[in-house]
Amino acid sequence: MALTIAVCIKPVPDSEYYNKITIDPVTKRLNRDGIPTVINSMDKNAIEAALRLREKHGGRVLAFSMAPDTAIENLKRVLAMGVDEAYLCSDRVLGGADTWATSYTLYKAIEKTGPVDLVIMGNQTEDGGTAQVPSQLGEWMGVPHLANVIALDYEDGGMVVKTKADRGTIRYSLKLPAVLAVTRDCNEPRIPSVMDILKVGKKPMRILRAQDLDLNPDFIGIKGSPTQAGEIYSPDMSRKSEALVGDPDEIALRILDELRKAGISIG
Amino acid sequence: MDLENCRGIMVYCEIDVCGIIDNSLELIGHANTLKEKMEHYPEVTAVIIGSDVGSLITVAARHGADRVIMMDNPRYRVYRPDLYSDALAAAAEKYRPEILLVGASLSGEEIGPTVAMKLHTGMAAHCVELKIRDDGQFVQVVPAFGGKVLGDILCPGFRPQMASMKAGMVSKRIFEGKVAEIESFDPDVRGFGDRLQVIETIPETRKRVSLSNAELVVTGGFGIGTQEGWDKLEHMAELLHGVSTCTRPALDAGWTDKEETMVGTSGVAIKPKVYLGFGVSGAAHHTCGIKGAGLIISVNRDANAPIFEVSDFKVVSDWEAIVNAITARLEATSAVCPDPDRA
Ligand SMILES: Cc1cc2nc3c(=O)[nH]c(=O)nc-3n(C[C@H](O)[C@H](O)[C@H](O)COP(=O)(O)OP(=O)(O)OC[C@H]3O[C@@H](n4cnc5c(N)ncnc54)[C@H](O)[C@@H]3O)c2cc1C
Ligand SMILES: Nc1ncnc2c1ncn2[C@@H]1O[C@H](COP(=O)(O)O)[C@@H](O)[C@H]1O
Repeated sequence: MALTIAVCIKPVPDSEYYNKITIDPVTKRLNRDGIPTVINSMDKNAIEAALRLREKHGGRVLAFSMAPDTAIENLKRVLAMGVDEAYLCSDRVLGGADTWATSYTLYKAIEKTGPVDLVIMGNQTEDGGTAQVPSQLGEWMGVPHLANVIALDYEDGGMVVKTKADRGTIRYSLKLPAVLAVTRDCNEPRIPSVMDILKVGKKPMRILRAQDLDLNPDFIGIKGSPTQAGEIYSPDMSRKSEALVGDPDEIALRILDELRKAGISIG
Repeated sequence: MDLENCRGIMVYCEIDVCGIIDNSLELIGHANTLKEKMEHYPEVTAVIIGSDVGSLITVAARHGADRVIMMDNPRYRVYRPDLYSDALAAAAEKYRPEILLVGASLSGEEIGPTVAMKLHTGMAAHCVELKIRDDGQFVQVVPAFGGKVLGDILCPGFRPQMASMKAGMVSKRIFEGKVAEIESFDPDVRGFGDRLQVIETIPETRKRVSLSNAELVVTGGFGIGTQEGWDKLEHMAELLHGVSTCTRPALDAGWTDKEETMVGTSGVAIKPKVYLGFGVSGAAHHTCGIKGAGLIISVNRDANAPIFEVSDFKVVSDWEAIVNAITARLEATSAVCPDPDRA
């Protein structure tokens, strides 16, 4: 059976630059100027997993994202990787959503574009890192869902999935439709070639506004989010940073001395 | 769930072959700290889901549970996220806690958000701090951008207020001789039925390194560069009776397979007396896991490495020169004084 697979993609600030993120002391707003927005890294694993299933079993891969209009650039990259169609849910009223409202909106967008057999997502985002949206989307859809997926295949009309557990691994079988959240261990995402990038313009890409989606206004954006964001601050972790200098042996002695002073018993 | 008639704090007890995991016991202890600031000093309820787990009641009580809800049924013999989520959601619906805490373990990350959806409530993930404000509001502090930024999350309009927290963020508390009230609860939960099946559970056989009591932690980063280098660092850590830990790139490089020793947002938070780091750059993802360390000493050849800002002592040097020198010192001592008591 050919599979229709949805993948969910979140554009996030590049984690290489996190040390440059600051909070304006006056406005208390986040300053992330000049930090590029990239596709969340585990979402690339999700795309790769979907593409491999399509290559083996046939079908289509559709990408969904809820983000501002600028995310079009990130979705082009997703199409370049080999995804067939991309949908961007972008509307002011969707802003400020927590995982509950985000998963609802993605659910409605996926429903709108027609039934899918499988949804593959990243296990966790880099910026917020809640690891909550996949399970919550699975609950909205009312279908079996698993997180921490490290291997997956489609066999005999269902999925056979391996997940990482706290102490070992678990193998499951799931009937479709289902939602799976994959980790970095799942695969090595491909890098699009120039040829792939040239094909992007021919692929369907659509922005979905709130009015296109039949949304319950009480379930979206800030209003639909059970959690509210309060103050933000940067933790001050700075310490005295005293330099230990000298030749390696002198430094070694100083370090051992500090260990003893801190209550570590040494030989 | 609405706000009516909610009371107390519920903690989901995750269990493994050795019993209730530390992460859950820490949360039971922390719930006791939180309840002191809550109105009418409400009870802390531990929920135990499993098969043949009666012996864990006393463990939960000793760590601070006032009440234990036992969901003991053969259907829970093997972990299945859908069944466990249904069970926990049913317990929350019946006992209506104000707050529901879950460990941010791999399974907690599956169960927590699922339960939050079933109950139509909010959940704050991977909290670094949980507190009750003077006005009684429960505040959940979550990290963003790998811990570079912290933000308060509130859930005023829905119950229970759910939060997950990683192991090692708060400490266990012992309540010697405490006896808990026990209730059995066995709702008919089915999860996704045969739409989800466990084929097999493959347990890890390797013995895990425990970091909760480590006094000295030696961390190696990507700057160690090679397997030989790593082995040298581990040798020094052994001589110091320290526990060696790693950053994510060091783990990814395959120099160590002890993934439970990765420190940071996607690993563990540690609170040793001393953290000794070599070839670690000091990304927020990593440093947010070491802020509980008593003393931080780091060695890096780059004078501008961010790790130095969060260190008590810094050494701008090639790591190997320092490790060689420490190792030589320690080996010289043990060679002269083979009997440690006389050293
Ligand atoms: C979602 C997400 C989650 C993450 N979670 C974690 C986590 O939990 N834990 C974690 O650690 N990381 C995590 N990371 C990765 C993190 O962002 C950093 O990339 C990582 O902490 C850097 O590790 P490092 O310091 O070992 O390596 P690098 O950043 O590569 O630093 C190596 C350092 O070694 C120094 N060096 C090189 N050679 C020598 C030498 N000969 N002598 C002395 N010094 C030398 C260099 O100057 C440099 O400062 C995460 C990343 C993401 C995106
Ligand atoms: N705004 C979003 N748009 C599309 N997918 C998302 C969005 N937020 C989260 N996801 C998906 O959910 C996964 C886990 O996200 P999180 O729960 O935020 O850590 C991500 O890796 C994405 O696959």
